[in-house]
Amino acid sequence: MSTTDIQYPGSEEEIARIVLEASEARRPIEVRGGGTRLDLGRPVQSASVLSVARLSGITNYDPSELVMAARAGTPLAEIEAALAENNQMLTFEPMDHRPLLAASGEPTIGGVFAGNVSGPRRISAGAARDNLLGVRFVNGSGEIVKSGGRVMKNVTGLDLVKLMAGSWGTLGVLSEVIFKVLPRPETAVTIAVSGLNDAQAAEAMAAALAMSVEVSGAAHLPESVINKFAGGSLKGGPATVLRLEGLIPSVEVRSGRLVAEMSRRGTVSVLEGDISAGLWRDIRDVTPFADGTSKPVWKVSVAPSAGHQLVAALRLKTGVDAFYDWQGGLVWLRMEADPEADLVRQYIKALGGGHATLVRADAATRASVPVFEPQPKPLEALARRVKDQFDPTGVLNPGRMTAGM
Amino acid sequence: MSELIAFLEPDRAVIDRRPAIIADLAGLLPDSCLITEERELVPFDTDAFVSYRRMPLAVVLPETTAQVAAVLKYCNDNSIPVIPRGAGTSLSGGAIPQEDAIVIGVSKLNRILEVDFPNRAAVVQAGVTNISISQAVDADGFFYAPDPSSQLACTIGGNIGMNSGGAHCLKYGVTTNNLLGVKMVMFDGSIVEIGGKALDAAGYDLLGLICGSEGQLGIVTEATVRLIAKPEGARPVLFGFESSVAAGACVTDIIGAGIIPVAIEFMDKPAIEICEAFAHAGYPMDVEALLIVEVEGSDAEMDAMLERIIEIARKHDVKTIRESQSATEAALIWKGRKSAFGATGRIADYICMDGTVPLGQLSHVLEKTSEIIDRYGLRVANVFHAGDGNMHPLILFDANDPDESMKAEMAGNDILKLCVDAGGCLTGEHGVGIEKRDLMRHQYSDADLAQQMRVRAAFDPKWILNPSKVFPLDRRNGSQTGNQSAAGDDRTAA
Repeated sequence: MSTTDIQYPGSEEEIARIVLEASEARRPIEVRGGGTRLDLGRPVQSASVLSVARLSGITNYDPSELVMAARAGTPLAEIEAALAENNQMLTFEPMDHRPLLAASGEPTIGGVFAGNVSGPRRISAGAARDNLLGVRFVNGSGEIVKSGGRVMKNVTGLDLVKLMAGSWGTLGVLSEVIFKVLPRPETAVTIAVSGLNDAQAAEAMAAALAMSVEVSGAAHLPESVINKFAGGSLKGGPATVLRLEGLIPSVEVRSGRLVAEMSRRGTVSVLEGDISAGLWRDIRDVTPFADGTSKPVWKVSVAPSAGHQLVAALRLKTGVDAFYDWQGGLVWLRMEADPEADLVRQYIKALGGGHATLVRADAATRASVPVFEPQPKPLEALARRVKDQFDPTGVLNPGRMTAGM
Repeated sequence: MSELIAFLEPDRAVIDRRPAIIADLAGLLPDSCLITEERELVPFDTDAFVSYRRMPLAVVLPETTAQVAAVLKYCNDNSIPVIPRGAGTSLSGGAIPQEDAIVIGVSKLNRILEVDFPNRAAVVQAGVTNISISQAVDADGFFYAPDPSSQLACTIGGNIGMNSGGAHCLKYGVTTNNLLGVKMVMFDGSIVEIGGKALDAAGYDLLGLICGSEGQLGIVTEATVRLIAKPEGARPVLFGFESSVAAGACVTDIIGAGIIPVAIEFMDKPAIEICEAFAHAGYPMDVEALLIVEVEGSDAEMDAMLERIIEIARKHDVKTIRESQSATEAALIWKGRKSAFGATGRIADYICMDGTVPLGQLSHVLEKTSEIIDRYGLRVANVFHAGDGNMHPLILFDANDPDESMKAEMAGNDILKLCVDAGGCLTGEHGVGIEKRDLMRHQYSDADLAQQMRVRAAFDPKWILNPSKVFPLDRRNGSQTGNQSAAGDDRTAA
């Protein structure tokens, strides 16, 4: 597609006009921010593109209120820089998909929320959706709608904010997002336990999360991927890593307790500073599978104790590499060849349920294999009715999440 | 007494069929689950928003999801309004019935089905009380975080309906942040399951939409909730200030300094006096405003955090600082705070507002609130969750005085508009219910409301679920409309 087909509205009103025209002409449009996650999801069937990349800028930020508002096309880097200046951060640690998808461009804050993109701290600080307080968007009829606001507690009316998070531009074009920000922790350390197999690691992580030490990251990195993390600085087989953050005196106390408990399970080392930070960035960005190939990569969300069972079952049937985040409940799978979608999803169901998203695959695969978990019939019908209420003519990102929707 | 808030005109045709409807219900569930005698219906005629009462047609208390489904299908097929009800502790009238409606109460769905520590989840029926989840997992070192003041009575089903918060959500979030899955009965009796023990559910975030939908999208019968490891210890500390403005500024500075305690609660002088008289918690009586700041963790952690908080408080000329010295003392401090509403109820009738404002607006809104109260010649006690800007002015009045009752409601409306105008919202955790329904237009445009109502209709095409709540009665395209003669949005003091 030539770049002339891309429209860059500079205002919410302009978005509304473009969408209204598209809706009246029943002409589908692909909605995007910085375009770094275009290869995540089903290919959109559309002749024209609407990018919010030029609808940019932080619109409201008073650090003492712990809230920021920004236009949807604001680069994530600009947001993070403004926060860093005030010693604050996005607590949900959004993943950068560029390395994994071999994509270029600048991720936008709108894209982060449209994809509900979170990272390792999701287990303690919630997902992107938990930190999104308010939205302004243009629905599929070209109407400007707002929901939520800039306060932390708000139960006024239906929570359309949550619905917009993770809807991948299929319900509306986000024009502005308002979200929670938090102080950066004064310090962070990582307790690494080496030598545990996947099942032992699941137990160790559950035990750590059952302690009152406020673990803010819990991942298990099997031997096959270990040298891809933190520049290869983790040695000695598989590592189970647990992050503690907060005030220095507090982290000291908690770290001591966690080390004592984990020492009974394996050899413990403590990582600090840049090594610890780099490790969690690699976990967040799925660095071991950012291999420049298009080998299928799954993001699987299951009950934490089911993650390693899923991988063990798959290994008996197919070539797969894996590591675990979110206490074992987030499994990153790289398949050797075929995505094996039916197998993956059948095993997930057998292990108590959850869902799998085909985060990376070539376009042909993504067009034929459901990228997002197919829903049971009643829920799919409900999702369709919801979609119809936002986008009655079906012009916004048709097919991105589900074929024919 | 004239009422400021209108209800939908009851459907005469439904009321006239009452004997037949009761007979039909008797075929759907055991006699012990059906209430039809007038004197037994009385406890269901209101909730904690007691100024309004309506007798329901009948009350059903199902024992299974299948029974809920059968009743809901019957009501939808016959266009009979349904009022879902947990424990009836709503402060916004969310569970108040109407004359042509069947109340479906979840109180008999009161079992904890599963506790799963490795996955930090509990599966419970909707009628389980909030506190009983924490009690069930306490010995194993876990708790369920959202803790509304009514937690001894309120149910998890009601908490999901209202997306309830509590004093400790500054750190742990509200219900929506702690809910992993639901089993829900839809308008037509079909049963859906959303989410589970995984942290994220697939597809659109329907769980997030359902949470806080005030019983208008379906009836939740089971929930999977997240359990969190209990902190090693917790210590509430009292900080007394010379003025509300100083206390408000101190809150802003604590948060601004990057310190997030587990709770920061605010009380003004009237609230201190009321709560102290009730709980004898040892609150200082010679200050104008009080903050209860709770920190948690090990002793060393709490000491470190408190040291920094105290330093900030001194900059705001804090007059009294008192740390609780024992678990008993800590419990008393919280007892005083959590019984604020009940204690107020002993000395006067009151309505409790629930607007939330940006933290930087706290002092401004407190000042304007007292101006509004003075203008109506009423009294107010402020007791609220300052850390997240969720204000709870308690407007005191005499319910036997119709004029004063009306003034209290009008003052409440003015205060909520003030919150919205300050960049906040009408309700932080109590819900819209009937109480704030007619103010929704102050916060939302027609397009905003229309979008919400279309989503609502996707779940409940005939608007049978809790129909008089949340949305202004005259804004319902193509649905039934109510008597608007008493709608109160634009009434203010002359």
